[in-house]
Amino acid sequence: MGSSSSSRNKIPNAQELMRQTGFSSAHLLRLHDRFESLDRDNRGYLSPDDFEALGGLAMNPIGGRIIEAFFSSGIPWTFPPLSGFWLISVQLTETETKKEHSKSSPAAGPGSSNLYDLDRDGKISREELLQVLRAMLGLQVTEEQLQSIAERAIQEADLDKDDAISFDEFKKSLEKMDIDTKMSVSFLK
Amino acid sequence: MTALWTLSLLLSASLLGCLAVTSPDGSPLPHNLPPSLGTNSSDGSLSVDLPMALRVFSMDYHHVQAPFEIVLWIMLASLAKLGFHWSGRVPAVVPESCVLIMVGLLVGGVIYGVRHSAPPTLSADAFFLFLLPPIVLDAGYFLPGRLFFENLGTILWYAVLGTLWNVLGIGLSLYGVCLLAQSSLGDVSLLHCLLFGSLIAAVDPVAVLSVFQEMQVNEQLHILVFGESLLNDAVTVVLYKLFESFLRLPSVSGLDVLLGGCRVVVVGIGGLCVGLFFGLLAALTSRFTSRAQVIAPLFVFLYSYLSYLTSEMLHLSGIMAIVTCAATMKQYVEANVSERSKTSIQYFLKMWSSVSETLIFTFLGVSTIQDIHMWSWPFVCSTLLLCLIWRATGVLLLTAFVNKLRRNAVTFRDQFIIAYGGLRGAICFSLVFLIDDFPKKRLFITTTIVVILFTVFVQGMTIKPLVELLYVKRKKRALPTLSEEIHSRLIDHLVAGIEDVVGYWGQHYWKDKFEQFNKKYLRRFLIRNDRQASSSILRVYQELERREQRGVEEEAPPIVDPRSQGRSLLPEEMESIRRILSRNLQNFNNKQTPAYSRHTLHQDTSVDRTRKPLYRHQSLGERYSYNTITHFQGEDGGLSEPQRVRTGLSRSHTVCSISPRSTLLDSSDSAGPAQTRSMDPKAAREDLVSPKHQETVERAARKHLSFVLENEKQQ
Repeated sequence: MGSSSSSRNKIPNAQELMRQTGFSSAHLLRLHDRFESLDRDNRGYLSPDDFEALGGLAMNPIGGRIIEAFFSSGIPWTFPPLSGFWLISVQLTETETKKEHSKSSPAAGPGSSNLYDLDRDGKISREELLQVLRAMLGLQVTEEQLQSIAERAIQEADLDKDDAISFDEFKKSLEKMDIDTKMSVSFLK
Repeated sequence: MTALWTLSLLLSASLLGCLAVTSPDGSPLPHNLPPSLGTNSSDGSLSVDLPMALRVFSMDYHHVQAPFEIVLWIMLASLAKLGFHWSGRVPAVVPESCVLIMVGLLVGGVIYGVRHSAPPTLSADAFFLFLLPPIVLDAGYFLPGRLFFENLGTILWYAVLGTLWNVLGIGLSLYGVCLLAQSSLGDVSLLHCLLFGSLIAAVDPVAVLSVFQEMQVNEQLHILVFGESLLNDAVTVVLYKLFESFLRLPSVSGLDVLLGGCRVVVVGIGGLCVGLFFGLLAALTSRFTSRAQVIAPLFVFLYSYLSYLTSEMLHLSGIMAIVTCAATMKQYVEANVSERSKTSIQYFLKMWSSVSETLIFTFLGVSTIQDIHMWSWPFVCSTLLLCLIWRATGVLLLTAFVNKLRRNAVTFRDQFIIAYGGLRGAICFSLVFLIDDFPKKRLFITTTIVVILFTVFVQGMTIKPLVELLYVKRKKRALPTLSEEIHSRLIDHLVAGIEDVVGYWGQHYWKDKFEQFNKKYLRRFLIRNDRQASSSILRVYQELERREQRGVEEEAPPIVDPRSQGRSLLPEEMESIRRILSRNLQNFNNKQTPAYSRHTLHQDTSVDRTRKPLYRHQSLGERYSYNTITHFQGEDGGLSEPQRVRTGLSRSHTVCSISPRSTLLDSSDSAGPAQTRSMDPKAAREDLVSPKHQETVERAARKHLSFVLENEKQQ
């Protein structure tokens, strides 16, 4: 279609992006449209407040963490990085699903454990776990219950008893989980 | 075990006796003859022949005949079922449905032999109005909601398009066969073939349930087959009625076909709406049952049955209505009624559906013994073959399409099981009896019976070994660990967030929206003093806690080890704990049976609620005090992790140990705030270092155990 080829020209380095990320041109177009609609003041790049304007994300319990996770590198988000954003999301998916290929230890990749591990010390401490739980369970449970739950979760996973969940322990505890079925978003063509 | 078989045979003999005694058409002779001189014309009643005297002993069978026979049939079927479960290796090989059909065949044969006339058959009305609803209600109530909605697209795809494909395929091919075998089958018209196709193509939920639930395949596969069998009712009903009315019409036009298509939609959605309406009404009613708790379960059944009858009255899909009704009302009703009512509801559902299913299969067997069979090799064999072929091709084609749109593809093995698991059952049987009479009707009946018997016996018996042979993914047995549950929830939120950013309104988006709507409006309206919605994490946690209290040896992942800080239980303490456990706690099998098991109800914790939790795990006690300490230390501006101060353990844990409530959390709830304040001055001291810590802990442990030991003395 004529329109698509002209709009593809809006996207710089379209071909290269397509190759990098493995998306089709329709996907890229969609992402680009989304990028433009998010970037309200037309700065050409995205910043955290653009994301915060998204209502759904504001209500999402871990919305803040998602935003943080993607802005952690501090690079201004022009369009290629947005597709890179998607790529990271895809990576989150892929590293989780790599389980199928490797068939050894599940590759619960650095992606999702980063969502817990805010101070990036490679371990999920009790406090970090508590924060995540607090965000997700919110007002439904009392503080004691939260503590108990966090305590129990750590006890289940913590094999070397250092009271924090290292990345390996994290992987191990998710062995039996069917991550690949959960961790995928289908994209309408 | 053999005793049970003997018993059931005795009962069947008595049943025969009753049937033989009554007149063949079953109508009682008039009773209103005056008790004259010893003569009586109604058979089955004896009397002492005294002129003008009172009868000392008399038997009047006709008075109780109808309920008596019904009860005898139910008794016979249930005893056969009991016998089946006691009979050693048989349950492993033969599914229950097969055994019941065989028993039915046996009894039918005996009755036929004695009376030389056909045994009572399953009337279509009795089947559709009384026997089918309990089974479908049970299925709908225990439907795994989330899984169902995730796979809804695929299920609808299979149900609607798959059924259409099968119906048209089988109908047209059968017509081809009839044309080929002009000599014997010439008078079967195209419409007849299509009608037959419509009733034979549908997968039957009863048969599927009874076979699949013994197999324990992975949930996705189960929900696909089962969901399809439920939802194809709409299509089947419409097509059947459509072809039937076409048969009565002088001619069929294209407009009629189009209208038929519209009818499918109306029937399906209509059934859905009726179900929703009654479900919400039931939920609302249950809100007010707190003062009359005993009849609360009754409302569940009444409303569901009402929804079924209403939609049958309007010629909508009754199955869809009742499933929707049950699925809708479930979460609200369970939040509103007491624990006991909840258990009663679940138990009665299981019981009724079990009885229904047993009766259905038994009657299938009995009704096979007929003298109205008409056999035709080409027709029967080709029907069998065509059913298999069309189903297989249908599944293959549809899955090829649907896999492109699905997240996780349906594998070939799963597809094979879906195709092979398309069992036909009693619905086809009843529908075939309802056809208007025409010369070849008996042929249809015979063929239907053959197909049903074939699918249930051959496919039902072989599917289990096939599942094992093909390494089809089985269902996970254990409760998920808490980490898994937490992570699972996190991923849900993550994916929803990503969908948000990318601007894609996917499944998670709609699910979120529905949850918010639910919380804001529905729950507030329908649930009496809405206690907090328990998130799945909390539920898993509570379940794990409960299990731990009840049974120590579990197959669950190694959890809650005693703290490895050099404190171990003294041997005599271990002994007393063990003794108490073995004496007091139920020794029950911890395997989590699936909720839709026909035989057992998931061991509900309600029974244990009234028990005092006698044994508090060591680390639980500690954890509790740790909780309360950190709680207020948080107010102090935080404290570094490793310093765990354990004081005041004694008070805290005695409170929680004695409480009759089974969850630690409830008791800690009430005790918590009170504790923290009192412990404030004590814990502020920084010199609570290791030696004291150890001592306190030991003191705590001993106190804890002294309570335990005390309790033992009381026994």
